Amino acid sequence: MSERGEGLRQGLGERILKLRELGSRIYIEALSRDIKEVVRYIFQDLGARFITVSGMEKEKDFELIYHFAWDREGRVISVRVRLDKDNLEIETISEIIKGAEFIEREIYELLGIAFKGHPNLRPLLGMENWREGFYPLRRNK
Amino acid sequence: MKSLIPIGPFHPLQEEPELFLLELEGETVVGIDIQLGYNHRGIEKLAEFKSYEQITFLVERICGICSNSHPLAYVQAVEEIIGCEVPRRALYIRAVIAELERIHSHLLWLGLAGHFLGYNTVWMWAWKYREPVLEVLELLTGNRNHYAMMKIGGVRRDIERKNVEKVLKVLKDLEGKLRELSQAILDDPVLHLRLKGIGVLSKEDIREYGALGPTARASGVEIDVRKNHPYSVYNEVEWRMITQESGDVFGKVVVRCLECFESVKIIQQCLEKMPAGEIDALVKEIPAGEGIGQVEAPRGEVFHYVCSDGSNQPIRHKIRAPSYMNIPTCRVSVQGAKLADAVLILAGIDPCYCCTERLGVVDYRSKEWVMSGEDLVRLSQAKTERIKREI
Repeated sequence: MSERGEGLRQGLGERILKLRELGSRIYIEALSRDIKEVVRYIFQDLGARFITVSGMEKEKDFELIYHFAWDREGRVISVRVRLDKDNLEIETISEIIKGAEFIEREIYELLGIAFKGHPNLRPLLGMENWREGFYPLRRNK
Repeated sequence: MKSLIPIGPFHPLQEEPELFLLELEGETVVGIDIQLGYNHRGIEKLAEFKSYEQITFLVERICGICSNSHPLAYVQAVEEIIGCEVPRRALYIRAVIAELERIHSHLLWLGLAGHFLGYNTVWMWAWKYREPVLEVLELLTGNRNHYAMMKIGGVRRDIERKNVEKVLKVLKDLEGKLRELSQAILDDPVLHLRLKGIGVLSKEDIREYGALGPTARASGVEIDVRKNHPYSVYNEVEWRMITQESGDVFGKVVVRCLECFESVKIIQQCLEKMPAGEIDALVKEIPAGEGIGQVEAPRGEVFHYVCSDGSNQPIRHKIRAPSYMNIPTCRVSVQGAKLADAVLILAGIDPCYCCTERLGVVDYRSKEWVMSGEDLVRLSQAKTERIKREI
């Protein structure tokens, strides 16, 4: 593991379930309940820049990946968390990063994941009369 | 008493459908609500149903202005999954096209900013000097926009030796014209009065909102994917990152003006240094895995995340365009501004006009359609056929 990976492991301790390095990419797995602390460490302590969050429905669960650009070190840190299908809820990070408000609203709208504590959790892109409970980015059954 | 003024979703000064709902006290803006989505085309979802080759064309159509940045970020993400090495010559060609795109995009914005100000001379000038850049792009790629140059593992077209001379000549002329234009803009006392001190974003604002590109660099934040996460050949050519400390609209004008010169420098070096050789790694299969592509588009970082399960279609393709991060900064920058400045501040981030309009030709005397949209499509197809035969 590189020096940077080692540093991250020390900084985040047991909050890291898994850490994988691929060239200039660092993929971390964490528990969804730890997301705020992990994000706070990466954004505030490391000084990484928030890129975006990508969400995906997998076979058994949903996953969210929080991407950060660690510009100083030329690395991208991607934090992966998993959410159970019967509990699609996670704490918002928009209190720490205002720039995350839009993407959380988008994920709420397109994947149906609720962000607890979001100041303004309403749909971002679709029409006002969009069908309730219809999430375009989920897999069709 | 508070009043609400909507700018958009369809507004003569905002050529992109988007709603900025301004809350005013007298002439002063005290609040803003931003509504997006009028242009949402579900591209991320569409990408899950297309093959990897087709997606290059799909993402090219996200934006008419950044029509090289998106495919470039996408192919880089897929190349990361494959782990393939792109031929050196292809990397140089990618940088040439990307920088030509930056020049034409910055000039487009400069022109529009002039137009918003009521300074139409700047508009006419900037767009006049943008024209040769588009002609160069047509010469190199076959199209003024939507160049279709990027390909997983390389580029689709080589830059022929006979064209290099032509491009260098256009760039030389352009540099002189750009110098005149930027001096005229940057020395104009009226523009100083109009643009300085409005729409100021601090370094903290940039960080909190994750703002990017010239918007961030005008506030003194040194971020540029080309320097921080070098791709293509940006770490092999000489250029400097342009920053300003003021954070206002004037700072953004300065950054964009000066960046054009850096782009000219990069293209000149690339054309001189470009090694001979292959331009395509001839990729066959895409294994399971995930990859990230980052590209510094004219407006800031374009980010693509692609997740593959080993089939010929991705299972997830996340796209983050720079304006997505830049637009929310308006919540800070228009706060306390006068209504007359608000439009300019909103335009200051260069929100991306991601729809290219269709056009028709009408005889203005008889008011009859000379050519319809279909005729133009036929014309374009005939041209493609002709070019195919010539190649």
